[in-house]
Amino acid sequence: MVSKLNGQYGSGIREASTYLGQNYMVVEPSVVSELLQILRDREQFDYCVDITAVHYPEREKQFDLLWILYSFPRNERIRVKIMIADGESVPSAVSIWATANWLEREVYDMFGIRFDGHPDLKRILLPDGWKGHPLRKDYGIIQQDQEWVQANLGIESGP
Amino acid sequence: MGAGQPGDREWPITMTDRTMIDSKAIDPKTTASKVADPYLSHLELDQPDKTFLDSNELVINMGPQHPATHGVLRVILKLDGEKVLGTECVIGYLHRGVEKIAENRTYTMFNPYVDRMDYVAAVSNGLGYCEAVEKLLNIEAPPRAKYIRVILTELNRMASHQLWLGTHALDIGAMTPLFYTFRDREEILKIFEKYCGARLTTHAFRIGGCQYETYEGFERDVTKFLDFVPPKIDEYEELLTSNRIWLERTKNVGVISRADAIALGVTGPVLRASGVKWDLRKAQPYAAYSDFDFEIPIGANGDTYDRYTVRMEEMRQSLRIIRQAVERIPEGPIMAKVPKVMKPPVGEVYHSIEAPKGELGYFIVSDGSTQPYRVRVRPPSFVNLQALDVMVRGALVADVIAVIGTLDIVLGEVDR
Repeated sequence: MVSKLNGQYGSGIREASTYLGQNYMVVEPSVVSELLQILRDREQFDYCVDITAVHYPEREKQFDLLWILYSFPRNERIRVKIMIADGESVPSAVSIWATANWLEREVYDMFGIRFDGHPDLKRILLPDGWKGHPLRKDYGIIQQDQEWVQANLGIESGP
Repeated sequence: MGAGQPGDREWPITMTDRTMIDSKAIDPKTTASKVADPYLSHLELDQPDKTFLDSNELVINMGPQHPATHGVLRVILKLDGEKVLGTECVIGYLHRGVEKIAENRTYTMFNPYVDRMDYVAAVSNGLGYCEAVEKLLNIEAPPRAKYIRVILTELNRMASHQLWLGTHALDIGAMTPLFYTFRDREEILKIFEKYCGARLTTHAFRIGGCQYETYEGFERDVTKFLDFVPPKIDEYEELLTSNRIWLERTKNVGVISRADAIALGVTGPVLRASGVKWDLRKAQPYAAYSDFDFEIPIGANGDTYDRYTVRMEEMRQSLRIIRQAVERIPEGPIMAKVPKVMKPPVGEVYHSIEAPKGELGYFIVSDGSTQPYRVRVRPPSFVNLQALDVMVRGALVADVIAVIGTLDIVLGEVDR
């Protein structure tokens, strides 16, 4: 499958490999939207298990963004990974898998990565007025939005 | 309530006397302030001719403090009379930042935290986490440990389904099943307590195997339970399966089609009730599941009743697995050789298990240090809850209660 896709995208797929028996590929952000569509339509990856991100602050392209896909007919998983810089937005996958809606909202909430074309991109776990994205590495473990806490909960709390 | 298709129901909609509320008399500024809440924006209330006062539409909150939302879940309902036009879930009230905590703890230290996510199925959470880290470390638990894991996890599935049944039936108005299921669930919790000292947040497993050897009489207790519980399951079924009120409240309620279920990423009994014969224990066996015979029960209509029958049958299949495991449990060590200081090699791994609620996945990134660089939990309840909107559109408010119950969500896992 990978060789077939490789022929089509050439340098778009930077790496396709297996680690601990799990397949993954690293691709260019420019081709990812089309690739995900193809994976669902032609390669039968009909179930989007998860969308998540990892923050590497020391890298120029700070974020790894991952789609974990599963195919019911093939009983197979694959991870698609892109690397993006802070502030860069990514095309939304909601039109491909409806489940991406909340998963993308969580990535936005926790990392501040924006998804273009998402129907309703807003925070999901944290309150709306909250400042900061907690799963970034520069966000401290006991850090909180004190202004929000004082205004909404009326308590003095935090470091 | 008719037993036809959900769309067939025509309910008398209480029309507000229009002469009493003159929409033009309402200051547009006050109407605008009503939609300042961003959660309401997608319900399209901001369009002047669609204000709820004008068109008999009503927006009400269900929760966060509502007994039938199984925790702190706020559901904003847009209603036309009794009919649901749309919903919006507001979650996060129980957010504790589990994934952030993981980045600041060692692999071993984080283990008990996962029990606090799906707190009614703590053993499953622990199993998923331990197996994911084991995969990352490239070690494998010894066979005896795997069998102990299977027995405890299946007992926990049973306990989780019993809790679901009791509360779900209570939501719908049947009180007795709650007492019955909690009475029998107690027997499982007693086994947990004797095994590891805890009843709910068990922390039963360690990375590399199990901390505790089974106690004296463990097999006897489990076998006794296996003989004790099947008539009890029949008893639950006697109360509900052909109960007319139960049928009226669950048949054709909260229907989700096979295609919708797959697109929405729904897993577990909810997916199986929609006719997808998929269970991770069979599809990608982990622990010792490949050693046992069991069936995957599926439903046909994807309604609340089918999800009920699927879970009831799952309980019986769990008992079947436990019986085989207890009979064949091998002798041997219960802990693999695990380094004292765990430093998994640099890399990423995704491992998922079939938790009582669906696919519970852990995506762990290691940077070679003693602490995980990133732990992502793929919670089944969170993803399943997203399907609520599709399932209740066009239904009645009382059906929303039934559907929240049938999704079997635990807010500790939704919010993490």
